[in-house]
Amino acid sequence: MAILLTDTTRVLIQGMTGREGSFHTGQMRLMGTKVVAGVTPGKGGTSQDEVPIFDTVAEAKAATHANASGIFVPPPYAADAIMESAANGIELIVCMTEGIPIQDMIRVKGFLSDFPGVRLLGPNCPGLLTPGVGKIGIIPQRFSKPGGVGIVARSGTLTYETMAALTAAGMGQSTVVGIGGDPINGMSFVDVIRLFEADPATTHLAIIGEIGGSDEERAAELVGAGSRLKAVAFISGRTAPEGKRMGHAGAIVSGNRGTAKSKEEAFRAAGVAVAETTDQIVGLLTPD
Amino acid sequence: MKLLEYQAKAVLASLGVPIPPGRTASNGDEAAEACRELGPVAVKAQVPVGGRGKAGGIKLAQSPEEARAAATAIIGMDLKGFRVPLVYCEAALDIAQEIYLGFTVDRDHRNNILMLSAKGGIDIEEVAETSSDSIARLHPDPWRGPLDFELNQLAFAAGLGAHARALVPLIKKLYRAIPELDAVTAEINPLVVTRDGQLIAGDAKLETDENAAFRQRALEERYAGTIALDVFEEEAKKRNLTYVSLDGEVGIIGNGAGLCMGTLDLIERAGGSAANFCDIGGGARAEVVENALAVILMNPRVRGVLINIFGGITRGDEVARGLIAARDNLHMNLPLVVRLSGTNEEEGREILKQNGIEPGANGWEAAQRIVALTR
Repeated sequence: MAILLTDTTRVLIQGMTGREGSFHTGQMRLMGTKVVAGVTPGKGGTSQDEVPIFDTVAEAKAATHANASGIFVPPPYAADAIMESAANGIELIVCMTEGIPIQDMIRVKGFLSDFPGVRLLGPNCPGLLTPGVGKIGIIPQRFSKPGGVGIVARSGTLTYETMAALTAAGMGQSTVVGIGGDPINGMSFVDVIRLFEADPATTHLAIIGEIGGSDEERAAELVGAGSRLKAVAFISGRTAPEGKRMGHAGAIVSGNRGTAKSKEEAFRAAGVAVAETTDQIVGLLTPD
Repeated sequence: MKLLEYQAKAVLASLGVPIPPGRTASNGDEAAEACRELGPVAVKAQVPVGGRGKAGGIKLAQSPEEARAAATAIIGMDLKGFRVPLVYCEAALDIAQEIYLGFTVDRDHRNNILMLSAKGGIDIEEVAETSSDSIARLHPDPWRGPLDFELNQLAFAAGLGAHARALVPLIKKLYRAIPELDAVTAEINPLVVTRDGQLIAGDAKLETDENAAFRQRALEERYAGTIALDVFEEEAKKRNLTYVSLDGEVGIIGNGAGLCMGTLDLIERAGGSAANFCDIGGGARAEVVENALAVILMNPRVRGVLINIFGGITRGDEVARGLIAARDNLHMNLPLVVRLSGTNEEEGREILKQNGIEPGANGWEAAQRIVALTR
């Protein structure tokens, strides 16, 4: 078992014919992901590497029974792409696009409240990967292997690093989930951790957070309230100055809010081991 | 993009928010002239930070001579790290009451939040800490905006029912900054109630979303670049780099925001301090590395550089070749430590060694090495 992405996941890609979309669709398929359709308005009826392309999500869904979507659409159109998938019954929407206007995402969140069964991952995220099954997004599969560690992270490269270090130490992963670096996003740490908690294949949990917002504090509360998973947390940005955006639109300390210190303290108070450097993550997850 | 007070006021006035008459002045003569025209004025430093009054950046002037003296004292002063380039001379208000009114993004609720409080004039975070109950809050529906009755309720909840008839339309005008201008903060603090019962913006703060710059061209063209950035940030922006200046001596390049932040943390842990944050993105392409290195080497404080790359899709040998080329093209002779991991890491490290760069075994080891080399 795994979370979110399993062998019943049938993926359509919005923006499959663009540079990023076509490259990463190829990578997803190499890994065995069931990519059943692409959606690019105006290119319906054609195909790319034997994957049929449709003009709309509605047509793609009707013809292929896709139940998940990966979005590589440019920022001005990405919010609309998310809503198109949600309105057409796609259950899992994974948006890789970086640079979507904040107000667009706020309106998307409002729109999604009418679709309680829909899960959005991202935007500005690397997507998710279930080793041995498939991926939606851009996580490099060669560093993964099947196992019991669930990874949930805001940062892409730190996700890959953690995954690679775990794999090198012989610890495989159940599912690797990037929730993205934007201030307004879909699934939170809490949403993902709840799924890991309910997944029998997941035994360990690595939480990779960073400065900004208070999603990590909420995650600490959840884990602190009782968890069967052996967990470790790492927070990036403890030396970031107040008021400066550190690369991710959401990575900013405002006044005394969103600091690494507050997040680390929340995890410690919840009984979760806190790694001071990424090199310590593996050690803290292994017994002794 | 953060706007200065006089810019924010001009924008809010265009949405129908009442503002006092005012003039910018870049020297004493202009301030004196503004005072002759407007009568008693507040002379206010134009810098993008809060707490200007407490820091000595706002002075009241009754006469043109006082305005001249105030402007001369304020212009050029250093206010929380910003040199004051000009002042805004604004007709002094006859204040009966000060209200706080502001919209900002509430990350926890994944929505905008409107806050209204009868305790205006001081920092809202301070109000939130000392008397959170005095703040009335509303999360407006992002598709239809706040409704009249919601705002009316809010005004009464804040103890401002007596002003509800004037407040409701004023808040709707301020709200326009969100859907129309992609504001992420639109704040009037204080919103002044004058002795004759008028509502007027005493101060204004407006910040727009950089991700929306593509559809806010007019605003961008008019106001981008008026707040002087740090010279290195300016240069980095020209080269499309994600770069933040810091005040240490170790230049940093990383791929990915989280990895790069983590690298800054490692430098401090090793006893050093970083000169910058620079995220070159997942791909770590050769020309991006060279651009990043070029900007970092312009900073005379930099005594060495640490490059921390995890290659996912990108191959380590390609990254290594790109790094060597960048170093050679820029004739770099400061210490350079590279930590390269991920795809084809062995080949990449071998190339680094052949070119005189001893690769770091891991991030922590590499950070300790560069800190030792730059002591």
